[in-house]
Amino acid sequence: MALDVFAPWDNPDAKPLIQFKNVTKRFGDFTAIDDLTVDIFESEFFALLGPSGCGKTTMMRMLAGFETPTEGTIRLAGEDIAPIPPNKRAVNMMFQSYALFPHLTIWDNIAFGLKRDRMPKGEIEARVDEMLRLTRMEQFAKRKPHQVSGGQRQRVALARSLAKAPKLLLLDEPLGALDKKLRQETQFELMDIQEKTGTTFVIVTHDQEEAMTVASRVAVMDHGKIVQVSTPDAIYETPNSTYVADFIGDVNLIQGKADPKGDKIYIAWAEGQPEIVGTPMSDFSHGQDVHFAIRPEKVSISADKPEGAANAIKGKVLDIAYLGNISTYHVELPGGQVIKAQTANNRRISRRSFTWEDDVWLSFTDTAGVLLER
Amino acid sequence: MRRFTLIAIPYAWLLALFLVPFLIVFKISLSDLAMAIPPYTPNLDLSTGWAGFKDFLSQLDFENFIWLTQDDLYWKAYLSSAKIAAISTILTIIVGFPIAYGMARAPEEWRATLLMLVILPFWTSFLIRVYSWMGILSQEGYLNQFLMSIGVISEPLIILNTNIAVYIGIVYTYLPFMILPIYAALEKLDESLLEAAEDLGCSRMSAFWLITVPLSKQGVIAGSFLVFIPTLGEFVIPSLLGGSKTLMIGKVLWEEFFSNRDWPVASAVAVVLLLILIIPIILFQRNEQKQREAEG
Ligand SMILES: Nc1ncnc2c1ncn2[C@@H]1O[C@H](COP(=O)(O)OP(=O)(O)OP(=O)(O)O)[C@@H](O)[C@H]1O
Ligand SMILES: [Mg+2]
Repeated sequence: MALDVFAPWDNPDAKPLIQFKNVTKRFGDFTAIDDLTVDIFESEFFALLGPSGCGKTTMMRMLAGFETPTEGTIRLAGEDIAPIPPNKRAVNMMFQSYALFPHLTIWDNIAFGLKRDRMPKGEIEARVDEMLRLTRMEQFAKRKPHQVSGGQRQRVALARSLAKAPKLLLLDEPLGALDKKLRQETQFELMDIQEKTGTTFVIVTHDQEEAMTVASRVAVMDHGKIVQVSTPDAIYETPNSTYVADFIGDVNLIQGKADPKGDKIYIAWAEGQPEIVGTPMSDFSHGQDVHFAIRPEKVSISADKPEGAANAIKGKVLDIAYLGNISTYHVELPGGQVIKAQTANNRRISRRSFTWEDDVWLSFTDTAGVLLER
Repeated sequence: MRRFTLIAIPYAWLLALFLVPFLIVFKISLSDLAMAIPPYTPNLDLSTGWAGFKDFLSQLDFENFIWLTQDDLYWKAYLSSAKIAAISTILTIIVGFPIAYGMARAPEEWRATLLMLVILPFWTSFLIRVYSWMGILSQEGYLNQFLMSIGVISEPLIILNTNIAVYIGIVYTYLPFMILPIYAALEKLDESLLEAAEDLGCSRMSAFWLITVPLSKQGVIAGSFLVFIPTLGEFVIPSLLGGSKTLMIGKVLWEEFFSNRDWPVASAVAVVLLLILIIPIILFQRNEQKQREAEG
C-alpha cells in the first residue's frame, strides 16, 4: 500500500507558501530575529518552539504585517509581502494576549472579521454559531469578554481568528490556558479543520507534547535563530544539537571523547568506567569532544547485569519519580553523574522491583542514543 | 462603628456646606421682596414660639416660581444657557479629542510633560486668564493686529462681546476637563486591539471608528458632563466676554441679586437652575457607575 506521505519539504519542486529569506529584525540594537531562512509549505501545520523571548511572536507579527523585517524578505505565495498592509493579507492571527474587543460581546467579537468582509447576515450568523460550537462557547455568546474566564477568552480569540477561514492562520499559544482534556480536544479540532480546509497553520506553543501531536514540522528556535526544523519524530529521535535534544523531551547528556572503531564510536566518559558504544550519524575524529544524548525511556533498568547488552553501567537508585503510567528512576553512577531511566508501570506500585539505594544496572543498545558535536 | 464615622464625615460636610445653604436659599425663594435688611420677608423669629412659626410658614408661597414662568426672560435664559452649554460641550469635544489622542499616542516619556502642560493654566487665576482673552479678542487686540499685519483681513473682526467670544472663553477654560478623561480612556487602550482589528480586515480609519471611538466613549461622556454642568451656570465668561445679546442664566441670576436686589426671585432662579442641573449630575453618576461595573 503506497500511503501518500505529506512531505513537500523533501520535494525540490514544491513551491513554499511562505519563504523567510535571510530575515533579520532588530529593535534598536537588539536583534530579535537573526538572519533567519525557512520555507513553510501550503497545508502545513508548522510549530514554533523555543524559550521565552526567542522571537516566536516577532516572526508571527512579521507574517501578519505588524512588523517589517530590518533586512531580508518574506514571500507569501511567491510575492514579497513587505508593502501589503495587514488588512489586505489573507492571514489571520490569534494574539498571545487575545486582544479581544472589550466593548463587543463574544458573538460580535467573532463576527467582527466577517462583517468587515460584508458577508451576508445569514451567513455571518451561521459561521459565528459554528465557531461558537467548535469552541464550546455557545452559552456565552451574549457576554462581554471580561465576563468570562481566562480559558474561555482564549477560546474566543481562537474562534475569532478561525472565523474568516484564511489561507494562513497564525496562532500564538492558542491553547495554553486550557485544561489538558479541552486542550487535546481542541488540538484534534484544529487538525480536523486543517485537514478539511487545507489551511496552513503556524502555531507557537510552549507545550512540546502539543507540538509533537499537531505539527507536520517543528522548528526549534533560540535567540532569533532556528536551530532545527524537522518532523516531530526526527526532532525527537535525531536532534542536531544538545540544545534541541534538551529542549524537546527529557534527555540524558553524557560528555566524553570520541574513539572511532569501524562504524561505531566508543566514548570515554569517566575514569574506570566502561566506554559507551554508539552509532554516529556524522564523522568524529579520534579524541574529539562528543555529547552522547539518550532518552530516559531507552535506558533499561535491571537488578542483575543484563547479558549481551552493548552498554551496561552500574549505579545506585537516587530518586524515584512516580508519574502514574510511568516511573522515572534517577540513578547515580559512580562518578556522580545522574542518569534517568524510565519504565512503564505495568504493575501496582507496591510490587515495584526497585527502591531507594538499590544497586541497579542500566543498559541500552548501541543505536539507542545519538552522538552530537555540540 | 468605625465604618459609620467614616461615612459620617463626608455626609456632615455635605450637610453643612450644601444642604443647609440650599435650604436657606430655598426658604428665601419662597419669601417676598421687602425694603429691609435682609431684603425679604418673613424672617423666622424663634422667640414668638409655635404660633409665630405657624404664622411664618403661612407667609411662604411659590409666587416667585410662578413669576419665573410668566416673564419669558427666565425660560429664554435657561434655554439659551442650555444651548450655549451644549454647543460649547461639542466644541470642546472637537478640540479636546484630537489633543487627548495625540497625548495618548505620544512617546511614553513625553506624556507626563504633556499632562503638565494641560494642567498648567490652572496655576494662574481663572479671572486673569479670561481678562487676557479680552486683550486678545478686542478690536485693537492681538488677534486682529496679527490678522491685519499678515493681510488676511483689512477691517478688524468684531469678536469680543459676541457669543463667539463666549464660546472661545468656555472652550478655552473647560478644555482640560474634557482632555483629561478622554486621555485617561485612550491611554488605557491596548494597541493590540487596533492591530487585531486591522488583522481582521479593518483599515486604519475604520479601526479608529470601530475600536478607538467606542472605547473612549466613557471618557467623552465624563468630559461632556464636566464641561456642560459648570457651563450651564457660568457667569464670569459671558459677563466679561459676552455682549448684551448673550443671554445666560448665570448673568440673569447675578442681575437679580445685585442690580434688582430681588433676593427671592434670584433664589428661585438658583433653585430651578439646581433642579435642572440635578438631571445631568445623576446621569453623570450613572455613567461613572456603569464604567466601574464594566471594568469589573
Ligand atoms: N517592540 C519591541 N521593542 C523592543 N524589543 C522587542 C519588541 N518586541 C519584542 N522585542 C524583544 O524581542 C525578543 C523576542 O520577542 P518575542 O515576543 O518574539 O518573543 P517570544 O518568543 O514570542 O517569547 P514568549 O514565548 O515569551 O512569548 C524579546 O527579547 C523581546 O524583548
Ligand atoms: Mg510570544
